Amino acid sequence: MKLVTFRGGVHPDDGKSLAKDKAIMDLLPKEKLVYPLSQHIGAPAVPIVEKGEHVKKGQMIARAGGFVSAPVYASVSGTVTAIEPHVTPAGAKVDSIVLENDGLYEEAPLLPVKPAEEMTKEEILERIGEAGIVGMGGAGFPTRVKLSPKEPEKIEYIIANCAECEPYITADYRRMVETPELLVGGMRIVLQLFEGAKGIFAVEDNKPDCIAKLRELTKEEPRMEVVSMMTKYPEGAERQLIYATTGRAINSSMLPADAGCIVDNVETLTAICRAVKEGLPSMERVVTVSGDGVVSPGNYRVPFGMNQRELVEAAGGLKEGTEKVISGGPMMGFAMYTLDTPVTKTSSAIVCLSRDEVSAMAPTPCINCGRCVEVCPSRLLPSRLADVAERHDETEFVKMNGLECMECGCCSYVCPAKRQLKQSIGSMRKIALANKKKN
Amino acid sequence: MGENLKISSSPHIRSRETTGNIMLWVIIALLPATAFGIYNFRDTHAWLVVILTTAAAVLTEYLFEKLMHKPVTIRDLSAAVTGLLLALNLPPSVPLWMGPLGSVFAIVVVKQLFGGLGQNFMNPALAARCFLLISFAGRMTTFVYDGVTGATPLASIRANVEAGSSPLAGINTMDMLMGNTGGTIGETCVPAIILGAIILILRGIIDLRIPGTYIVTFALFIGIFGGTVEEIGFFNVPYMTAQLCGGGLMLGAWFMATDYVTSPITKKGQYVYGAVLGILTGLFRLFGGSAEGVSYAIIFSNLLVPLIERVTLPRPFGKGGEK
Repeated sequence: MKLVTFRGGVHPDDGKSLAKDKAIMDLLPKEKLVYPLSQHIGAPAVPIVEKGEHVKKGQMIARAGGFVSAPVYASVSGTVTAIEPHVTPAGAKVDSIVLENDGLYEEAPLLPVKPAEEMTKEEILERIGEAGIVGMGGAGFPTRVKLSPKEPEKIEYIIANCAECEPYITADYRRMVETPELLVGGMRIVLQLFEGAKGIFAVEDNKPDCIAKLRELTKEEPRMEVVSMMTKYPEGAERQLIYATTGRAINSSMLPADAGCIVDNVETLTAICRAVKEGLPSMERVVTVSGDGVVSPGNYRVPFGMNQRELVEAAGGLKEGTEKVISGGPMMGFAMYTLDTPVTKTSSAIVCLSRDEVSAMAPTPCINCGRCVEVCPSRLLPSRLADVAERHDETEFVKMNGLECMECGCCSYVCPAKRQLKQSIGSMRKIALANKKKN
Repeated sequence: MGENLKISSSPHIRSRETTGNIMLWVIIALLPATAFGIYNFRDTHAWLVVILTTAAAVLTEYLFEKLMHKPVTIRDLSAAVTGLLLALNLPPSVPLWMGPLGSVFAIVVVKQLFGGLGQNFMNPALAARCFLLISFAGRMTTFVYDGVTGATPLASIRANVEAGSSPLAGINTMDMLMGNTGGTIGETCVPAIILGAIILILRGIIDLRIPGTYIVTFALFIGIFGGTVEEIGFFNVPYMTAQLCGGGLMLGAWFMATDYVTSPITKKGQYVYGAVLGILTGLFRLFGGSAEGVSYAIIFSNLLVPLIERVTLPRPFGKGGEK
C-alpha cells in the first residue's frame, strides 16, 4: 500500500531502540505528589479539597473551572498538605495541590458504568468530561470540548494519532503493542458520537507490528481503517497528520473540525475507553524514560503528580554528568532545569541526554542555503522570519505568515549555521498572538 | 542530588551538517575540474594560479578580520571556495599577481565590506573576475593552449560570424566537450564539472532547480535564436553543443549560479532565477558584445534576487486553494 505523508519534514535519528522493547512497568510513587491545576488548555481547575483533608485514590480534588477546562483526580490516597505554586515541566510556576502519599492506595468508588452501547451521546461526552480527559499527546486540549464540534454531522474522520514521530518516545508504541484493544475500544466509543464518521488509525511505517495488530483487530470493523504513513518528523503534527491521511490542508486559523476531522492520540483514546467502560478517571499515563543519560531506559505507567526525579530514579537514575533532561521529545520538549517537577497529563517522556550538543554550538551567519525552507511543513521561509523576528518587526512577521509556524523545530534541526530559528520565530509568534488577541 | 542541567529552547538535537562541511564538499566537488585544468594547461603555470589565488583569498579574510577585530571565520572554508572558484575562472596564463589581486577584491570589497559571509549580494568570485576583466581586458582574454595563443572556441565562432565565413569552421565539439581547448582553468572539461555536480547533488548540497532551468532555458534560447545566425538555423545540434560546452556555462550553472548566498531562497524563485540566467546568457552571447557572458549574466541576476524572492513567496500550508 502506498505510504502517505506531507511535504517537508526531517529524519532525525529516532533513538527508539533504547526503550522500544521494554514492556510497560507499573510504578507506585512513594514521595509527595503534585497536581498542577493547569495541566490543560483553558481555565485552571478549581480545588475542592482543603489543606489537611484526607483524600482517596480516584477522588476528584479539583473541578473543571469552566467549559474549556478539566477536573483533576487524586492518583494515590493521602493528605493534602498545601495548595501552592509549583514548578511544572515547562518551567513555569503553577498553583498545585500537594498530596502527602500515605502509601495505602485506598480507592474511592469508580464512576458508575453501563454498557457503552446503551449510553447516549450526551452521557458519553459527560463521562469524558468528568473523567478529566485532555489531549495527552502534548497539547492538553480538553477532549470533551474537542468532541463537541459545532456541526457534529460534518465530522467525517476520527483520526487516531499513532504516529509518535518524536525521537526516543515509545509510550504509544508500547500501548499499541500491549493493549491495542483499549485503543480500538476508545475509537469505537468516539465513532458512536459521530455516526457518519470513519475511524482512521494513522501509524508510521516504522511500527509494522502495530499496523499488523491494529489491522487484525479492526478487520471486522467496517468503519475503521489502518493507514500506514511514511516515517518522518513531524508526521504526527495535527495539520500534517490530517493532510497525510485525508489530503485536506488546514491552516492555523482553522480547526480540524473545519476539515471534517477530529484527531486524538493513542493515550487519550485509551483513557476514553477506560473512563467509559471501567469508570476510571484520568489518573495515570505511560511515560517513556529514555536517552543515553539514563541508566535503564523503559516505559512506565505512572500516576499523575508523581515526581519526575522519582521516576528517573526508578529507571536507574541519571548517568554521571548527564547534561540535559527534556520533558517530552527532543524536537519539541522542554529542557528542565530541575527534575523536581510532576508528571502531568501531557508528559509523554523524559529524555535524558548525556551530552547537550546544542549548547556547544555557536550560531554562525545564515548562508541562505534554503534547507529550512525545504523542510518547513508549514511552507514558510524560516530564515527570513527569524531575521524579521530578531529585529522585532511584528508587522512584517505577520505579513510573512509567521503565525502559521507550529514550532516543530525542523528549521533549527537542519540549519547548518546552527541558528536558533525556532526560538526566534517562536518568541515573536507569542508576542504577535498576544497582540492579535488584544485587538 | 545535585545534577547540573543545561536548558535551551527546543529542538535539542541537530543535524550534523555545518557550513564548514558544506563548503568542504564544494571544494571536493571542484577538484575534478581543478585537476583537469592543471593537467590540461600543464605548459602554463595554472597550478600556481590555483594555489596562489586560493591562498590569497583565505589570507585576505584572515588579515581583514584580524584588523577589524572580528572573529576569524576562515575555518568555515567559504573564503577558500571563493578563491578556488576565482582561480578556475582565470585564464591559465594570467600574470601570477592577478589572481591574488582578484581574491583581495572578492574578499574585501564584495564580501567583507558588505558584512561578511551571507551578506554579499554578488558572487564574490565572479564579481572579482569581472573586475579583472574590465581592468585588464587584454591579459584576461588571452588564452594559451598547447603553447599556442588563440581565441576560445566561442570567440572563434563569433569571429567567424562577424567575418561572414562558416560559423563552425575550425570548431571540434568533441574537444570542447572533453575540455581539450583553450579557456579558463576550470571551465573546459564538461565531464569533470558534471562529476563534481553529481557529488553535490548526491550530498544534497545543490539540486536541479537552478542549474537545470538555466541550462534548459539557455539551450532553448540558443536553439531558437540560433536561427538568426547565418548558416546556423534553428536547433543546430553542433552549434548548441558548442554553446553549452564552451564559455564556462557548465561551471557557472553548476557551481556559481547555485551559490546559496546570491540565489533565491524560494523554490519558485529558483526556477525564475535559472530562467533569467538562461535568457541573459543567450542574449549576451548572441546579441551582446561578448562571446561568453556567463559571469555577467550571473552577477546581473544576483542583483535581481531580492525582486525575484518578493514575487515568489511561497503560499503557506493550508492557506487558500488546495483543500
